[in-house]
Amino acid sequence: MRYLMMICATEDTVGSTSPDQATAMMAEYATFSEEMAARRVLQGGERLRPTSDATTVQVRDGKVLTADGPFAETKEQVGGYYVAECRDLDEAIDVASKIPGARFGSIEVRPIWEM
Amino acid sequence: MEAAVAAAFRAEWGRIVASLIRLTGDWDLAEECAQDAFARALERWGRDGVPDNRGAWLTTTARNRALDRLRRDKVGRTKHRLLATDPSADGPVGSNGAGPAGGSEGSDERLRLIFTCCHPALSLDAQVALTLRTLAGLSVGQIAHAFLVPEPTMAKRIVRAKAKIRNAGIPYRVPPDHLLAARTEAVMAVLYLLFNEGYGATAGSDLIRQGLCDEAIALARTLVQLMVGQPEPAGLLALMILHHARRSARIGPTGELVPLEDQDRARWDAAAIAEGAALLEGALAHRQPGPYQVQAAIAACHATAPVAGATDWAQIADLYARLATMLPTPVVQLNRAVAVAMADGPAAGLRLVDDLEAGGALAGYHLLPATRADLLRRAGRHGEAVRSYRAALALAGTDAERRYLARRLAVAEAGGHDGSDVRPA
Repeated sequence: MRYLMMICATEDTVGSTSPDQATAMMAEYATFSEEMAARRVLQGGERLRPTSDATTVQVRDGKVLTADGPFAETKEQVGGYYVAECRDLDEAIDVASKIPGARFGSIEVRPIWEM
Repeated sequence: MEAAVAAAFRAEWGRIVASLIRLTGDWDLAEECAQDAFARALERWGRDGVPDNRGAWLTTTARNRALDRLRRDKVGRTKHRLLATDPSADGPVGSNGAGPAGGSEGSDERLRLIFTCCHPALSLDAQVALTLRTLAGLSVGQIAHAFLVPEPTMAKRIVRAKAKIRNAGIPYRVPPDHLLAARTEAVMAVLYLLFNEGYGATAGSDLIRQGLCDEAIALARTLVQLMVGQPEPAGLLALMILHHARRSARIGPTGELVPLEDQDRARWDAAAIAEGAALLEGALAHRQPGPYQVQAAIAACHATAPVAGATDWAQIADLYARLATMLPTPVVQLNRAVAVAMADGPAAGLRLVDDLEAGGALAGYHLLPATRADLLRRAGRHGEAVRSYRAALALAGTDAERRYLARRLAVAEAGGHDGSDVRPA
């Protein structure tokens, strides 16, 4: 099964990291990526720019409505994601628990609705 | 004959549903076919006589029904797991050390079912409901009743849980070694919650709620049977049995809680106490103590004391100190304070209560001022005791607790000395 793993954290925490912490974090993600590459579970994943760079788009009555910012104001924002192919939810939980961001924020694991 | 079917239902339901889920991968189909088999038993056993091996009769009937339905429904919603995968593909259940007892296929299947129902990716409410429905065979109406929610709410909860198992890929298996300890804890937490729901139900409430204790004990028995060599499930079962042994003495004629030391010990269930104590002894012999074994040991200290005055409070205080290292919760600390007060006098207990109060974690919990009040009364500080009883009364959540505290308050206002102590059991 495929799962989307959304890495969520408050952007304040992310924004207030020192350069050293940021470097350490990047190294942890590199290690994670290597380990997961060896297990061949990851199908993709990216880091996202913060919600201050987000734009919300809606179409109403045929008109495109554009607004600055995220669709919903929530405490935690999605800062990145992975798509992983796992045997079952137990394996997905194992993979999610190894994402470095799990120690600071949370990982939302969502099964992909295969069409 | 109806009694034979009812007995078979209790004994076989979980086993049959579990093996049908394994066969079909479809939880609803499994339940429906199990239900059909019992309906057919009511019809046939009356006419043809009750078969010698009821379990085998029911299993075969349910299985055939499921295979029929799958054949007819091949292009429909159900996937015929039997054709798609080899059921032995993920290895024998016993291979991970969780060793099923009898080695019969049915036992293994129930263990899978317990672990799947209690998967931590389901909400605790859903785990409890699913366990009662699929393993214990309670109807949705009964479960709704037991948890005091409307039936449609409970039905929705169960449907959602089954959908999540399917859609999120929750595996139907006994977890592998590295997950087993944590997941067994989750199963035990569900069973103990079930038990406490029933235990908390007072005389005024109905039999279905009280029956949760019996369901929890039956499920814990199954868990113990299936997890041979694991002392904590045995500790949990012993704990439940020892508490339950006091059921008819715990609640007075008007529904009030009778404190442990005032209970009529002749009304305790001596056979159950003996069973609980023996189970506990067997568990402790493994020398792998855990929180359920320690709590069972505390319950055994109470249950085996011939009179309240003979209770070994020093040992209970030691056990609470051990428990506090395993479950460092303020409620455990509070119970420890009570035991210390009984062993070493109220002043020693009050010191621990002071520390707890200063910590602030139990703010708003009525047993904190209630305990303080009891200890103050025993120390002869009646004025302070009255104030604490009033504080406890304002926080108490149930009528039974309020009645109990009101009686204690009256005694304290009269200057104490009714000879009894401490808290509701």
